[in-house]
Amino acid sequence: MRRASTNTLLLKTPEGIVFSLPLAGPVSRFLAWTVDVVCIMTAAELLGRVMNAVGAINKGLAEATYVIAYFVISIGYGIALEWFWRGQTLGKRVLRLRVMDEQALRLEFSQIVVRNLLRFVDLLPALYMVGGMACVLSRKFQRLGDLAANTIVVRNPEVSQPNLEQLLGGKFNSLLEYRHLTARLRQRIAPGAAALALEALLRRDEFQPHARLQLFADLAEHFRSLVEFPAEAVEQLSDEQYVRNVVEILYRSANAP
Amino acid sequence: MIIDLKRFLAEERKHWTELESSLDRIERNPEHRMELTELLKFHELYERTSADLAKIETFSSEPEIRRYLEGLVARAYGEIHETREKPHRLNPWRWFFESFPQTFRRRVGPFWLSLAVTIAGCLFGGAAIAIDPEAKQVIMPFQGLQGDPAERVRKEETEKQDRLAGHKSTFAAQLMTHNTQVAIVTMALGVTWGAGTTVSLFYNGVILGAVAVDYARAGQTRFLLGWLLPHGAVEIPSILLAGQAGFLLASALIGWGSRNTRRARLREISRDLVTIIFGAGVLLVWAGIVESFLSQYHEPVIPYALKIAFGATELVALTVFLARSGTAAEKRLPKTA
Repeated sequence: MRRASTNTLLLKTPEGIVFSLPLAGPVSRFLAWTVDVVCIMTAAELLGRVMNAVGAINKGLAEATYVIAYFVISIGYGIALEWFWRGQTLGKRVLRLRVMDEQALRLEFSQIVVRNLLRFVDLLPALYMVGGMACVLSRKFQRLGDLAANTIVVRNPEVSQPNLEQLLGGKFNSLLEYRHLTARLRQRIAPGAAALALEALLRRDEFQPHARLQLFADLAEHFRSLVEFPAEAVEQLSDEQYVRNVVEILYRSANAP
Repeated sequence: MIIDLKRFLAEERKHWTELESSLDRIERNPEHRMELTELLKFHELYERTSADLAKIETFSSEPEIRRYLEGLVARAYGEIHETREKPHRLNPWRWFFESFPQTFRRRVGPFWLSLAVTIAGCLFGGAAIAIDPEAKQVIMPFQGLQGDPAERVRKEETEKQDRLAGHKSTFAAQLMTHNTQVAIVTMALGVTWGAGTTVSLFYNGVILGAVAVDYARAGQTRFLLGWLLPHGAVEIPSILLAGQAGFLLASALIGWGSRNTRRARLREISRDLVTIIFGAGVLLVWAGIVESFLSQYHEPVIPYALKIAFGATELVALTVFLARSGTAAEKRLPKTA
């Protein structure tokens, strides 16, 4: 296990596979904590109002319930949510952060409890000063609670399956008819431009309509300037379809069926 | 490595989806135990996806698929390589009467240290008050303990009204939460390599020793025992248990005599730490109730002998509980090397 230069923790499995976990920095963690504090205060406020109403019937019981419930909420909030949401509180959800085991193993309940109880020390003397200092000084941005619990906080490690349909459409590619031109295209295109085109295709649904048109127009123009295909191969092809065909040419082996 | 991305995706995608659904299933239901065939399939999918990640890593132009595969491999890695036994569904009764005392006994070393530090604090506080009674104002900065013990006893014994009437529940709740917070801080301060836990326990001991000597000097030992024993018989051991947890954490951080890494040592004590501090928390709930509903009432309302007997019984019961409870279940467990 090592830390890469860009706040990323690299883990090597016994199978020799390396995967990375992007570490969350002190600022995003502080913001997440702020959201959590607001949530706890809101819950306490609501509880106070309910107990005020109950107090009309039995004041002693209402006060006692409030004292205990506030204590349980303030301590149990982090423990319960991180356990049920697998390492996330509301604040961490908003900031897209997640608590993970330092070695990417299964996060245990005891780890969650330890990191949350040690918050009492991290909060000292006020406003997370001890925890903040530890976080800044730690190579993995760990506060004392994280160090004791063997946990790290990472930035949104879960990603859903990319929309591979963009590449697996199986549509007819008119450019493939001209093998000598496709070979020339492969030869002339810079790897960076190829990567950009592939990325643009995979993310095309994320763009604003205008930006999408502009991007694919620019890419198509660039590819057209490299190799000129006969007019019958490219007529009625939109810029996006043109780029799609180029990407298919680039990312398929020459001998692929 | 040059790969045919389209073919690669077409061939491998179904395996990624299958692994993802297996992981979702495991995460949704951690209790589920896989059959051997299911386990073999899961392992195969993990290895296949890992290999795919290795292939796509050379293919630097595809960060999104790489991130997706990294996420899958990271999740599966946690399940495949985790060697700690999955915790069973919590049975509160079994946890309190078996796991908690068993853990206490297994980790009793730090408890003795916790007790020794507290006794040292008691001796210091007691000696300080015996030598210099005026030191009370510095040692015990609490309004209720500043006055003359005999005067307090006289006042409390002649009190006609129940000063806690209508507030007993609130007082009990405040005691429970305050004492639990003290216990948590005592445990958490173990992260300072035990220095903070030592200071916390020693200070508690100083106050206890000072109060004891102050009341004994004033000839109010019976009152003191009747006042402190009913709740103190459980409350003080609970703080000692918190100290035990704090020293356990400190010992894992320091790692004397251990060849394991800090991470491995902390991993080893993590569950025990939580069991001990939760156990102390449960005991403090009881102590809070007793302190609010019993300890604050003195003769002639409740005879001191009865209160002392109650406290002594609690202390014996707690000792027996921590020393013996769960031993039968312990014997049933297979011995590990």
